[in-house]
Amino acid sequence: MLNNITMGQYYPVDSTVHRLDPRMKLILTIIFIVAVFMSHSFVGYILLLGFLFFACKMSKVPFKLLLKGLRPLRMIIILTFLLNLFFTSGEDLWVSFWIVRIYREGFMQAVFYSLRLIFLVAGTSLLTLTTSPVALSDGIEMLMSPLKKIHFPAHELAMMMTIALRFIPTLLEETDKIMKAQTARGADFESGNLLVRAKAMVPLLVPLFVSAFRRAGDLAMAMESRCYHGGEGRTRLRVLKTTRNDWIALGIVTLLLALIILEGIYLKGVLF
Amino acid sequence: MSIEIRNLTHTYSEGTAMRTVALEDVCMTIEDGEFLGIIGHTGSGKSTLVQHLNGLLKPTSGQVFIDGEDLNGEHVNRRALRQRIGLVFQYPEYQLFEETVAKDIAFGPKNQGLSKEDIDERVRYAMDCVHLDYQKYSERSPFELSGGQMRRVAIAGVIAMRPSVLILDEPTAGLDPRGRDRILSMLEQLHAEQHTTIVMVSHSMDDMARLATRLIVMAEGKILATGTPREIFSQEKMMMSAGLGVPQVASLCSTLRAKGFDLPPDLYRPEELKEHILQLWKNKNKMNLSGKEGSPC
Repeated sequence: MLNNITMGQYYPVDSTVHRLDPRMKLILTIIFIVAVFMSHSFVGYILLLGFLFFACKMSKVPFKLLLKGLRPLRMIIILTFLLNLFFTSGEDLWVSFWIVRIYREGFMQAVFYSLRLIFLVAGTSLLTLTTSPVALSDGIEMLMSPLKKIHFPAHELAMMMTIALRFIPTLLEETDKIMKAQTARGADFESGNLLVRAKAMVPLLVPLFVSAFRRAGDLAMAMESRCYHGGEGRTRLRVLKTTRNDWIALGIVTLLLALIILEGIYLKGVLF
Repeated sequence: MSIEIRNLTHTYSEGTAMRTVALEDVCMTIEDGEFLGIIGHTGSGKSTLVQHLNGLLKPTSGQVFIDGEDLNGEHVNRRALRQRIGLVFQYPEYQLFEETVAKDIAFGPKNQGLSKEDIDERVRYAMDCVHLDYQKYSERSPFELSGGQMRRVAIAGVIAMRPSVLILDEPTAGLDPRGRDRILSMLEQLHAEQHTTIVMVSHSMDDMARLATRLIVMAEGKILATGTPREIFSQEKMMMSAGLGVPQVASLCSTLRAKGFDLPPDLYRPEELKEHILQLWKNKNKMNLSGKEGSPC
């Protein structure tokens, strides 16, 4: 029933990209996002697309899965496209009938803005597809740890995130199970108006909350009985290490950013 | 009411790296009035199989027929069919949600659209079936009961729908011996007195030895063997290869046989074994006595 949620779902295969240091992958993603926003011409978008293809190939994640992550955003992308297409004015009028005016500039902007959205989502889902949630929050903790100096609770935040992420599949599974059990007792979650449906959720939500609280209590007990008391002096089972591949990847992405900046300076206005 | 399964295959996460075949080409029938036991190692596909029996899971390929009607056919009222096939999940106490025991048990009958009097009668009937005193428990919150009592409330919630077939997935898992015995004797009674067809999934061979009229052994998504408990439990080697054991009585019996005692190979109930051992004992005493009489001293 609930097995079609891809956003932020880890795709467990072994690849060069999967083995990269999560800290590095976070930095790479940030650089990639900057590159997407710096790109203003056709050449830049081709470079970005080429990079995405390359990264996807290296990560052994099927391209289809990357596209699947775009599905929840398709309405926003279409809306962006249409708004830019119809409401951008320029000099080169292409189509004009009734109150609709489509300019060449408008069309270009529509294409670029939609592509930008698509690249952003695809790039970030590549990060979540190749990095397990635990590794990801480890990476975030390490990147934020300089902030501990100003008493920012980096460790606690990362631990909360890890736990939350860890329990998403568990709670989904639980939801699925309770839903099935209530369906077997004749519950109907799919028909009726909004009020009827909201009421039908009660037999699902009450057991789900009860079990979430029970799990939280159990987990707290288990952590305390193993002497967990926060970040102070805690060592790690898996120490993050950067390898040669991490630096190569950083080189590639920095090169991408540099090319896009250069292309923005020298080619802007040449093609459009 | 009979259920027939033809060439049922079920694959989880088809088309991804997590693809797993849970059931492969399973064919079986469930006859009216039988007590069918489904046994198998963890991950052998038992739970997946029972969820197909009332249409909660759709087969990847193959069909499920209820009284000759295809459960996944286009114009089938699955909700109506579901009410005739009650399914009790593993750890059903986690599905309780109402303020009182009576209200929770009434959830199923209410969904069937029964009148208030009928619902009340069903609740009393179901609580009686699971041996919970109506006076004492009906107005209590299900969350303040013990684990075993909660489980019985949850089972009552399904019995209250008066299904013709009752399917239970590991109904005794995680219960103490007394809670387990209560559930088993309740099922025994339901089968004997109400003639409800019961399908029970379990990996307790002793539970099965006590109740089942027929057994299906599953391994790696396939049916490994089917037959009466006597047939199944006498094949200790096959059971071991499926990662299962045999009831304690059967294994004790085979140990005794290995030591040279003259016992039949297919005993699996405690009473049977007792009879046979007493018989052997009497014979032995008789022989000893006759031996003494025949001695020259």
